[in-house]
Amino acid sequence: MPIEILMPALSPTMEEGNLSKWLKNEGDSVAPGDVIAEIETDKATMEVEAVDEGTLGKILIAAGTEGVKVNTPIAVLLQDGESAGDIGSSKPPSSEDAAASPVANVDKEDKATVSSAGDAGEKARRSTDEPSSQADNTKVPATPKAEVAADPDIPAGTEMVATTVREALRDAMAEEMRRDQDVFVMGEEVAEYQGAYKITQGLLQEFGPQRVVDTPITEHGFAGVGVGAAMSGLKPIVEFMTFNFAMQAIDQIVNSAAKTLYMSGGQMGAPIVFRGPNGAAARVGAQHSQDYAAWYSHIPGLKVVQPYTAADAKGLLKAAIRDPNPVIFLENEILYGQSFDVPKLDDFVLPIGKARIHKQGKDVTIVSAGIGMTYAVKAELELREMGIDAEIIDLRTIRPLDFDTILASVKKTNRLVTIEEGFPQNSVGDHIASQVMQRAFDYLDAPVITVCGKDVPMPYAANLEKLALPSVADVVEAVKTVTYRG
Amino acid sequence: MATAARTSPAKAKADAKPDTQFRGTLEAPQPATLSKEQELSAYKHMLLIRRFEEKAGQLYGMGFIGGFCHLYIGQEAVVTGMKLGMREGDQMITAYRDHGHMLAMDMDPRGVMAELTGRRGGYSKGKGGSMHMFSKENKFYGGHGIVGAQVSLGTGLAFANKYRNDGSVCVTYFGDGAANQGQVYESFNMASLWKLPVVYVIENNRYAMGTSVTRSSAETVFSQRGVSFRIPGMQVDGMDVRAVKSASEYALEHARSGQGPIILEMQTYRYRGHSMSDPAKYRSKDEVQKMRSEHDPIEQVKNRMIEQGWASEEELKTIDKDVRDVVADSADFAQTDPEPDASELYTDILL
Ligand SMILES: Cc1ncc(C[n+]2csc(CCOP(=O)(O)OP(=O)(O)O)c2C)c(N)n1
Ligand SMILES: [Mg+2]
Repeated sequence: MPIEILMPALSPTMEEGNLSKWLKNEGDSVAPGDVIAEIETDKATMEVEAVDEGTLGKILIAAGTEGVKVNTPIAVLLQDGESAGDIGSSKPPSSEDAAASPVANVDKEDKATVSSAGDAGEKARRSTDEPSSQADNTKVPATPKAEVAADPDIPAGTEMVATTVREALRDAMAEEMRRDQDVFVMGEEVAEYQGAYKITQGLLQEFGPQRVVDTPITEHGFAGVGVGAAMSGLKPIVEFMTFNFAMQAIDQIVNSAAKTLYMSGGQMGAPIVFRGPNGAAARVGAQHSQDYAAWYSHIPGLKVVQPYTAADAKGLLKAAIRDPNPVIFLENEILYGQSFDVPKLDDFVLPIGKARIHKQGKDVTIVSAGIGMTYAVKAELELREMGIDAEIIDLRTIRPLDFDTILASVKKTNRLVTIEEGFPQNSVGDHIASQVMQRAFDYLDAPVITVCGKDVPMPYAANLEKLALPSVADVVEAVKTVTYRG
Repeated sequence: MATAARTSPAKAKADAKPDTQFRGTLEAPQPATLSKEQELSAYKHMLLIRRFEEKAGQLYGMGFIGGFCHLYIGQEAVVTGMKLGMREGDQMITAYRDHGHMLAMDMDPRGVMAELTGRRGGYSKGKGGSMHMFSKENKFYGGHGIVGAQVSLGTGLAFANKYRNDGSVCVTYFGDGAANQGQVYESFNMASLWKLPVVYVIENNRYAMGTSVTRSSAETVFSQRGVSFRIPGMQVDGMDVRAVKSASEYALEHARSGQGPIILEMQTYRYRGHSMSDPAKYRSKDEVQKMRSEHDPIEQVKNRMIEQGWASEEELKTIDKDVRDVVADSADFAQTDPEPDASELYTDILL
C-alpha cells in the first residue's frame, strides 16, 4: 500500500509549520535519509527526511503552504510495483488521524526559542490522552491577568509591556551588563548558540566574547572559576544549562560560594548569581527533572530566588546581580515562553526576600513560588466557583523567606496550603508549616497541607509523569480539606 | 611484616616502570580483513541501527516519543566494530545517545523502541526513557543522562571485574564534550593506578551540542587525554567498521591481560542535530554532506560487498527488507503496547 508521509513535529511544542520547499519532485525515487522537503517553524528551518524507500507518487501539500498541522499527510510514497493509480488505496487525510496521535510537548534543553503551552502546570504537560490544540505562539498570556493584585513595588500608572519570562531575564542581564563592567555571563552554549534555551540571546553580539563566555561541559570547574572570580570582586552570572547539572557543581556552590564570607571573617564573599532552568520540564525523565528549591534553601550563606512572573524575573534578577552575596536563581523552562506585564521603567529592581500577594482573599492562604504558582492560579478559579475566596502568596524568594507576609495572611484566613513540585520530605512547604505552627499555632483552624511532587524519581512514561507531579485537583482537594468543605 | 616490605619506598621505586617504557601514542592497527559472513553481519547490524534511528525520529515527529531523543545516525560503525572485539561477559556503558549501543548488545528492538515511547514493554518498563535504559541480561549498564557520569560508573564496573578476577572488560563510551568533565580524569587515574580492565571509547563526533571540539578543548587529540595517567591511546577511523574492529580487539586484549585501561578515540560524525529539535546551524550543510557521501560506514561495507561479488543488489535489497520489517515490528509494538500501570509509580524505588 502507498505510504503517507506526514507533517512531522520537530519540537515537542510544534503543532503546525510552513512547508517551504520540496526537494524531490513527483516521480523521483527516494531512499531513507534523503531530505525530501524543508519546513519552517517559528524557530528554525528544518529538513524532512524520508524514512521509507520508494517513489514520490504525489505531493499533497504544495510548497509554500503555511500553517500545515502536524501529522497531516503531505505526500504519498509509492513502493515497488505501485503506481499513482494505487494512491486512492491509502487512507485519505483525516483530522482524526492527527488527533489520535499522542502529542508530546514542551520545550527541550537543546532547543531554540520555543514557547511552551499557554498554561503551565498540568496542561502544559499534555500527555497521550490530551492531544494538543494550542498554537505554538511565542507569546502566551499567563492566566488570569485581571486578578493579579497590584504590586506595591510598581508605581501606580506605570506603563506595562507584555514580555515573556525569557525576554525579561535577558533584558535584566543586558541592563546590568551595561551598567556594570564587572558583570559577565558564563556557561555552556551561552554565547555562540545564544543559550540552550535562548535566554542569553543577543548578549554575545552586544557584549562580546570577553563578557559572554562559552564554557566546556565542566560544571564543577566553571562554578569554581566563577566563585574565584567573584572573590576577587567580579560579578559573574553562571548559567547552568539546567539545575540538574549544577549537582556536578554543588560543592563549589555550598562549600565555596556560600561559606567564604563567614570563613574569612567578613573579608571577602562571592557576589555571584547561579541561574538556569530548575525543576521538571516534560518527559525528560528522572535525571533531568528535579526541583532544587528546598535543597539550596537549606544553606546559610545563600539567597534563593524562584520567580513566577516576567516582572519578578526581571526585577529580581537585576537585584540578584547587584546583591553582594551568592544568589541561586531558579527559573523554569515551562515558564520561559509565558508572557506577563512588565513595567516600563529605566531601572526596575525588586527586593529579594519579599513575597508578593498575587491575589487577596479571606478564606484560605495558598503559598507557592515559580511554576508552583500555575497550580495555585488555576485552582483559585475553581475555588472561586465553589465560593471559596483564596489568598495567593507568591513567595518569589525562598531564602530568606518572608514570614511576615505569610503570618499576616494566615492570621487573617486561619488556613494554609503550600504548593511545590519538589519532593515531599523536607520540602519548602514543610519548613513553612513548621514555622507557622510555632509562630501562629493559635491562629490555625486546620492542619497545614503541603502539596508536593510525589515521593518518587520522575518517571518517563507520560501517564506516570502526570501522576508524579502535583495537580490542580490536588490543590483544590487540599483547600477543601482545610476549609472543611468535605 | 609483609606489609612493611610492600610499602617500603625502595620497593615502590623498583616497581615503577621507567618513563621510557611508556608509550602514550599508539598507532591504530591495520583495519581487519572481514570475511563475507563478517561483512554481511556488520552490514545488517549497522543497517538495523540506522533504520531504527530513522524510525525513532519519525515516531518523535508524530509525538509518540517525548522529551529528548538523540540519534546515533552516522556513528554506527563504532558500536558495531567494538562489539566484534568483545566477548561474552564484557560490559558496555554509555551516555544518552544510546540506542545503537543497545542494539549492538543484541537487545530486543521492541524493548528499546517501547522504552522510547514510554510503554510497559520497554526495557525500563517505560520509566527510564530514551536516555535511561539498561539490560542486566545483555550486560548493558545504561543509558545515562548526566554528561560524564558513566565514565566513573564504567570504571567501577571494571573495578568489580578485577575484584572478582572474572576476565571481563567494561567498554565505557563517552563523547568529545564529556571528555572535559573532571570525573573523567579522576577515573583515569584510579583505573591506571589499579590496572582496571576498562576500555575508554571516546566518540569524537566533533561537536558537543553546538560546540565544536576546537571551541571547547585545549587538547583536541583525545587519544592523548590519558597520557599523564600513563594510559595509552590511539585514534581510530570510526567510520570504518574494519578499523574499529581491529582497534577493539587490540584494546580488549590490552585491558584483559592486566595492563590496565586504554583509550580509543573514534573519529566519527553525527549526521543529525544533537537531538531532534536542534537545527544544527553551527555547521555547514557541505560538511555534513561530505561525511555522508564520502565516509558513510554502511555504504563502505555495501560497496565492498558488491565489488567482491559477495552480494548482489538483489540480496542486499532482501536484507534491507528484513531489517525494515524488524524495525516496523518494533515500532508497531511500541505504539500499541500499553503504558505502565499506575501502580508502577511507586515500585523500584527501594528494595
Ligand atoms: C552534566 C551535564 N551537563 C550538561 C548536560 C547537557 N548536555 C547533554 S548532551 C551535551 C553535549 C555532550 O556532547 P558529547 O559529550 O560530545 O556527546 P554527543 O552528544 O556528541 O554524543 C550536553 C551539554 C548534561 N546532560 N549533563
Ligand atoms: Mg560529541
